[in-house]
Amino acid sequence: MKREQEALPRRETVAAESLQLRQVTIAIAGRALFAPLDITIASGECVTLMGPSGSGKSTLLNFIAGTLDPAFTPSGAVAIGAEPLDGLPPERRRVGILFQDDLLFPHLSVAGNLAFALPAHVRGRARRRWRIESALVEAELPGFAERDPATLSGGQRARVALMRTLLAEPRALLLDEPFNRLDAQLRGDFRAFVIGHARERGLPILLVTHDEADAVAIGGRVIRLG
Amino acid sequence: MGTALHEVGRLARPQGALGWAPALTVAVFVVPIGAGLAGTIAPAFGYLPAIGGSELTLAPWKALFAYPGFVSSLTLTLFTALLATLASIVIALGSCAFLHGSRLQRRLGALIAPLLAMPHAALAIGFAFVILPSGWIARALTPWLTGWSVPPDVLTVGHPSGLPIVGSLLLKEVPYLILMTLGALNQVPAGMHLRIAQSLGYDCVAAWFKVVLPQVYPQIRLPVYAVLSFSLSVVDVALILGPSNPPTLAVLAVRWFADPDTSRYFQAAAAAVLLLVLVAAAIALWFGMEILLARLGRRWIERGARLSPALPAATIATSVLAALFALAVAAIVGLALWSFAQAWRFPAALPQSLTLGNWERQSTSLLKPALTTLGVGVAATVIALALTLACLEHEAHLSARRSARARGAQVLWLLYLPLLVPQVAFLFGTQVLLVRMGFDATLLAVIWAHLIFVLPYMFLSLADPWRAFDARYARSALALGSPPWRVLLRVKLPILLKPLLIACAVAFAVSVGQYLPTLFAGSGRVATLTTEAVTLSGGADRRVIGTWALLQAVLPWLGYLLAAFVPAVLYSRRRTLTS
Repeated sequence: MKREQEALPRRETVAAESLQLRQVTIAIAGRALFAPLDITIASGECVTLMGPSGSGKSTLLNFIAGTLDPAFTPSGAVAIGAEPLDGLPPERRRVGILFQDDLLFPHLSVAGNLAFALPAHVRGRARRRWRIESALVEAELPGFAERDPATLSGGQRARVALMRTLLAEPRALLLDEPFNRLDAQLRGDFRAFVIGHARERGLPILLVTHDEADAVAIGGRVIRLG
Repeated sequence: MGTALHEVGRLARPQGALGWAPALTVAVFVVPIGAGLAGTIAPAFGYLPAIGGSELTLAPWKALFAYPGFVSSLTLTLFTALLATLASIVIALGSCAFLHGSRLQRRLGALIAPLLAMPHAALAIGFAFVILPSGWIARALTPWLTGWSVPPDVLTVGHPSGLPIVGSLLLKEVPYLILMTLGALNQVPAGMHLRIAQSLGYDCVAAWFKVVLPQVYPQIRLPVYAVLSFSLSVVDVALILGPSNPPTLAVLAVRWFADPDTSRYFQAAAAAVLLLVLVAAAIALWFGMEILLARLGRRWIERGARLSPALPAATIATSVLAALFALAVAAIVGLALWSFAQAWRFPAALPQSLTLGNWERQSTSLLKPALTTLGVGVAATVIALALTLACLEHEAHLSARRSARARGAQVLWLLYLPLLVPQVAFLFGTQVLLVRMGFDATLLAVIWAHLIFVLPYMFLSLADPWRAFDARYARSALALGSPPWRVLLRVKLPILLKPLLIACAVAFAVSVGQYLPTLFAGSGRVATLTTEAVTLSGGADRRVIGTWALLQAVLPWLGYLLAAFVPAVLYSRRRTLTS
């Protein structure tokens, strides 16, 4: 029984730290994409970033994730809690990201995709297996472990992709229009699913979208670029 | 040809005006390979009535195994081939992982093109000039480090270990596998998958091996097998750089075939068949290793370890790539300097004086083989282009009705057949047939022998751009009232001019580099730059060898230059057709 409790995954990953942007702006060829931004996203808060294409929404997410194209010149500072992210390579930032495409790895099973994300400090075959199974239960996909991702529906794949991101124990979650591919019905469900799980873990969330309905449904702060 | 080949395979009736194309194209290279294999296997068991072998016997095998150097020859063959293949793939994949997404990666294709175009023989000769006891490396260190006044009496070229063969093979095989990997990377969403893996905490090299390589490897599997087969059966490189007694198995077979004593022919055939068995066994072994590594790799992936030795390993692989590149440049520049050197005494690092004299003296003997090389290369390229275009157009016609490309992949191995079957194993049999038909030593026979190897490269280079062509261009032109032939000539060919010329340059380079097919189909009497350069490499003045090997390398480069410049000039104001 004790082992079960110890293995209960989620409580130990609660981040409870805020994501802070200080005077962040990004320029290309000497032209700034947007006026300097000052945002603090509290633990469990979701901020929605809106703007027309080319306004620099996705570029800002790349900057936070550490994958900005060298053609861009950023300025300003990003931090999670007390730790500045500037200069850290993307793999050391622990910033989770979800894209419009689920990007599940086609050469791995559903469980393989999740095991790839699960940190190595979760040791032991049985324990890792248990963490993956419980993630699948959370995603309402029990028994899907050995399935080929290609055989899943769009909504199922999207949920696996979220679980993969969360299993890596991120400290913040960036959402790059992840609801766009889904049809209207699924869209609302998946949006609630993502925001719910991220809040439960206390992650600060930054959502990029061009759909007003997302902003209305989430109901948090909205920042407009461009 | 892919889809259309499938049609042939199922004995379906070919459709359309080009229905003959796939069958003819396949016949052009499958018939000589099949007949040649039969013509090699039969004498390996004593059957060749023309020289008195009329009953089946194991005597040729006994003679082969009884050869005093047999075991060393076998060991040498296996050691050089397995080491060259293993090292090539490690260096190529390590460098691709390390350089992924960098600016250098975008230029990598252009950087390795001159090496890919260069014939094996020319590069091996240039490599010999670098590593000889009186070569560039020794000169660079003499006398300040070594204190030598004369070249040391050590064996580098011809060393019994076969390591010089491995070095020279790496110079060609690493770029080839890099090119194949870069091509395969375009077929998978590598960039986005790497970003995801990085956001999950993996450095980009570890992510490349865990996420990208498993998706890419199935597409480079056949090229890897081709490298394995080539390394086991290469003749020209082993002649130039390998030990002479005992040599590799392939060289041994060629030597016995050329022996005036025709009874040696039987054991030569046995050696060639043994090589075929070795290639098949090596590929089977490699396939087994792939399965094992895939299983271990999956466990490695699912363990979730963020720290891995992938990054340092890939850094080392990339440094080795840089060293190989430097060696190749030294080999090429060395060839050029020797061909223009008047006097270049040891231990001077550079020639004392340069001259055009070597070229002037060689010009009369160079001219005819150069024209033969050019003529055979152009003829083989043009025929291969015509057959390939007919197949691809036939396929485009078929796939208008069916989704065809997936089925095309099933018969890809057929295209690789000439690259997987060791040349020695079927060229001997082919030559026997040619002699019987009174057709050997003709230019036509040599062109056909080249075509066997030119066709697959032409097809593999042209198929992807051809299949990627947006069929709506053709449909719009048809709708505007153009007949199909005019659509092809005025719309499709001009739009695809650049990939078409590149495919031609690749095909021409393949033809220029052919040694064994020229030797056998030409019965040793059709001289090309390649056959002459290999012969001269045995002992001629380095200034003489320099001219032959350099000219051999220059011809394919001219092809590549033409392929790069013609579209750039023709379409200087058409951005989409030149980028």
